[in-house]
Order: sequence, then structure tokens, then C-alpha cells
Amino acid sequence: MSDDTVQVRLLDIAHTRSGDKGDMANCGVIALRPEWYEVLVQELTTERVRSHFGALISGPVERFELPNLNALNFLLHGALDGGGTLSLKTDAQGKVVSTAMLRMILTVPKTVAAVRGLPVYSPTL
Amino acid sequence: MTRMVRVASGQGFWGDSLDAPKQQVEGGPIDYLMLDYLAEVTMSILQKQKERDPQMGYARDFIGAIESVLPGIVDRGVKVIANAGGVNPVACAHALVKAIARAGHGGTVKVGVVTGDDLLPRIDELLAAGHELKHMETGAPLSTVRDRVLSANAYIGSTPIVEALQQGAQIVVTGRSTDTALTMAPLRHEFGWAADAWNQLAAGIVAGHILECGAQSSGGNCLHDWRNIPDLANVGYPIAEVQSDGTFVITKHPGTGGRVSVPSVTEQLVYEMGDPHSYITPDVVADFTSIHVAADGENRVRVHGITGGPATPFLKVSIAYRAGYKAVGSLVYSWPDAMEKAELAERILRERLDRLGLRFDQVLTEFVGANATHGHLSGDGRDAPEVQFRVGVRGEDRASVERFTREIAPLVLNGPPSVTGFAGGRPKVEEVIAYWPALIDKRVVTTQVEVIS
Repeated sequence: MSDDTVQVRLLDIAHTRSGDKGDMANCGVIALRPEWYEVLVQELTTERVRSHFGALISGPVERFELPNLNALNFLLHGALDGGGTLSLKTDAQGKVVSTAMLRMILTVPKTVAAVRGLPVYSPTL
Repeated sequence: MTRMVRVASGQGFWGDSLDAPKQQVEGGPIDYLMLDYLAEVTMSILQKQKERDPQMGYARDFIGAIESVLPGIVDRGVKVIANAGGVNPVACAHALVKAIARAGHGGTVKVGVVTGDDLLPRIDELLAAGHELKHMETGAPLSTVRDRVLSANAYIGSTPIVEALQQGAQIVVTGRSTDTALTMAPLRHEFGWAADAWNQLAAGIVAGHILECGAQSSGGNCLHDWRNIPDLANVGYPIAEVQSDGTFVITKHPGTGGRVSVPSVTEQLVYEMGDPHSYITPDVVADFTSIHVAADGENRVRVHGITGGPATPFLKVSIAYRAGYKAVGSLVYSWPDAMEKAELAERILRERLDRLGLRFDQVLTEFVGANATHGHLSGDGRDAPEVQFRVGVRGEDRASVERFTREIAPLVLNGPPSVTGFAGGRPKVEEVIAYWPALIDKRVVTTQVEVIS
């Protein structure tokens, strides 16, 4: 993080719901305000989401944009340990993958945070 | 003048609230009640029941649900659409007709039954005719699991349900209809939407998607502002008020709990979503990037602008097959050092399983309360008041899975300290039923409709 950026918790700017499709989890991320949707588009790239989930998923991440709903939809391949009835996981159907997504902390340019009125996260305060 | 049709959701899965159907019929005006009973796992459970008793294989709760709403639907002329027939819609319809007669409404309430989705008796004929039923994700041929197949059903669309309504059925029972067809069919029947009225049909699908999970669109399981969602103990299930042009309002009965809001409906719209540009159904391909949602008063959300395009030449087929056995057990370790104790229990158990030489396809351990659902994102869980050590195994050899279930309880006395939470006893061995999604040329699936009374 440089002096030109601030941190923003995804938890503070979006709500999410997830579910299963075979061995994939889907995760919809919905901006809490319409003006924050563009921030999601800029910051929640497939690369960042893939790196956030790390070893929790075994495959790639796909992203679809739904500007009509101020939402992004992610498909997380290989998220469910085989999926459905094969999976031994507590969350075999990916119901709370949505909350793991919300742990993301975004690094946003200060100017963007000011213009969009983003709630800035200051963990040390 | 625009006519409006009200479709109410009274069941989001088999096991959902027993009271919701009656609440929907008696809590205010509705025209149709849709009840969704089927998930993939449900079909295979029902198939096992049918193997034991040829008169079974449907969602028996449905009979009780109809008994609970029967006076109301007769008085108010409400029609009911349900996929409760499972793998035996005919037996379901006959059981229903008997229940209706017992309640004194025999002859007045006609029951329509839709069949033709069950492909199990036709699998070899279909394979021989060149329909490979390849796995949609892996591309593997069905022959690799053919001898273990338990059920095979095509997801059928709204057309046969519309036919049953046209023939005067007040209650329509289907097998593996798509969840969305249960909402779509009444709309096509009432509005006479043409088979290529893609935008209206897509709107019917979107309405169906919002209704098919019951209260999950009206405040249940809603993350947005969850603390302030009122009176979930008395949650109102969703109702779609649909206009002939396909625009609709999602609402719920007055005096019920929960909340219908733009966020609650949007969360349901993105649930289990794939590529939003093409939400594929037997009736239409709907474009979820065209959906507009807007607040329309208290507990009312207006949905409009939906577009769609022609359906594909295929139907999806859900095939269930036997895939070995599994068992899951757990113990709870307490502070201090709950996580370290649970981790030691894991190492001990794995060493003992290795020494026994048991064969598993998979052994999965989780630490519930520390990191089971968020993995490395969770922090280290070092000061947790308790951690549940949860371990599951899966494999083809039933005896190995059985032997595993004997290895949990001993840890209580011969493993790490501060352990509890074992009152449930030895884990149960379950047969694993796995799914094989495939596509089939829709021309080879023919449906039949019969109306009985």
C-alpha cells in the first residue's frame, strides 16, 4: 500500500450469495450502493479473486458482469472437493463461500475512495 | 386492460416448512400455488424407495400439504403445480386422488399428471441409438458407470403442465420438471404466450427462479441487513404478481414476517448462477443481464425489462449412480489449546487408519470453529473456546468405511484431553449417490399428460 491508496473491506461495500454447480461454486457479489459497482469491476479481477481463494479452490475463476443488478458473478472451479454428494466438506454445496469472498480487502486509490464515498478500513485504529 | 396473475411459492425443497402452503392459500389472494420438491439428491432417494415399494418414489409430504390447503383451494379456486411426483408421478397422483376423495372433494378437484421425464427404462435403447449421454463437464461416456445407474430423468419444461391446465386440472403433479417450469406454466396458460414470445417466456423463467427457493427471496438466508429483517419466525413466502407483458412484482402476504426488498430479490437472482447471459431452460434461454429490479412500495419489488432467446435443441438429463460409501464423524476439543488438541487427534487418527491398511478414495479433516469454511483466510484459531474435529472418508470398499467408524470413539479415552461432543455415537455409513449431468436431443423425450378425478 502506498500513500496514494487506502484499504476498503469488501464486507463494507458489498453483499454476497453463493451456491453450487457441480464441483463449481458460484458467488454473486452485489454492490451495497450503485456508485460502488464500478469499484467492484475495477478491483475484483479474476486474478485477485483467484489469489484470495488460494488453496481453497483447485481450478480457475471466471467472472461475469451484471451492471443491471450492480453485481458480479464469479464461478470458482474446483471449489467443492468433488461437489454435491461426493464432497466430504461441511460446506459441500458452497453455501458460505460467499462469506469467504467477503474477507477480501481491496487497495483503492485515495482519489477513487473520495469520489465514490468508500468506507476506508483502518485496522490499526 | 391488463390482467394480473398471482403465483405463490409454498415450498423451496422437500423438507421445507410444512405450514407455508396453507399460509400462502389462506393469507391473501393468490391464483396459483407452486411447490418445488426436487433436488438432484431427492431423485435418487425416491428411486431407492421405489425399488423397495413400487407404489412409492414420490414426495409423500405433498399429500399432507394438499390436505392442509384443500378447503382453501376449493373455496378460492386456487390451482396447484408441484413436481412432487419424483420418480413415480402416477402413484403420487393416485394417492392424491384418494386423499381428495377422503376429504369429500372427489370428482370436483381434477388432478393432472405429467410423465415422460423418466429415462431409466430407456437408457440402453438410447445408448444403442447413438445418444451417448456424455458427462457434461468431463466428456466421459456413460458406459463407464452404466451398471451403477440408479435413476435418469430429463428436465422437462412447462409445455405438458400447460396442457394439463388446459384439460381442466386443478392440481398438476410432475416428475422432474425444471423448478422454473412450475411458475412458467400457469403464466403461459393464463396469458397464452406464444412458444416464441422469448421475452415474456424469459420473464416467466426469472419469476420462477425468484420463487423456486421459497423464502430465500423474501428475507430468509438474506445477508443484506440481516439483523433488521423482521419476524423471520413468521416469514412470508414470496408471491409473483405477473402482468401479461411479463413484468411482475415480487411481494408477500400482509401481516407476515421477512422482507421483500431489492437486496433480498437480487441475492436470490445471483444464487446458483452460471453465465448470466444464457440461463438455459427447456422453454427459453433467459438473459439475466437484462433484468431490472426496483422498489415498488413496502415489501414490493418490481422486475422488468427481461429479454430472452430461442431454447436449445437439448434437454438436460440428471443421472444418479452408485459411487461407493462414506462416513463422517466428529469430536469437540475444548480450550485451552483446543486447536492444538484437535490437530493432535487428527495426526493420531491418520496414523491409526494407515496402520489398519484401510483403502479410501479420500480422507478429509476439518476444524469446525477454526477454519472449516474459510481455510487459510480464517486466522489461526489459536484461542478458540472449542474446535470441532470433523473427519470424513469416502471409498468403494464398504468394510473399510465401516472400520473407520470404529476409530473415532476410542480417541475420547486414548487421545488428547478436554474432549466432548460424542453423544451422537458412531458415525453412520452412507451410500454415495453421485450425479452425471448429460444432454439429450429433446426430440427423443416425449411427455404424456393425463387428467384423473
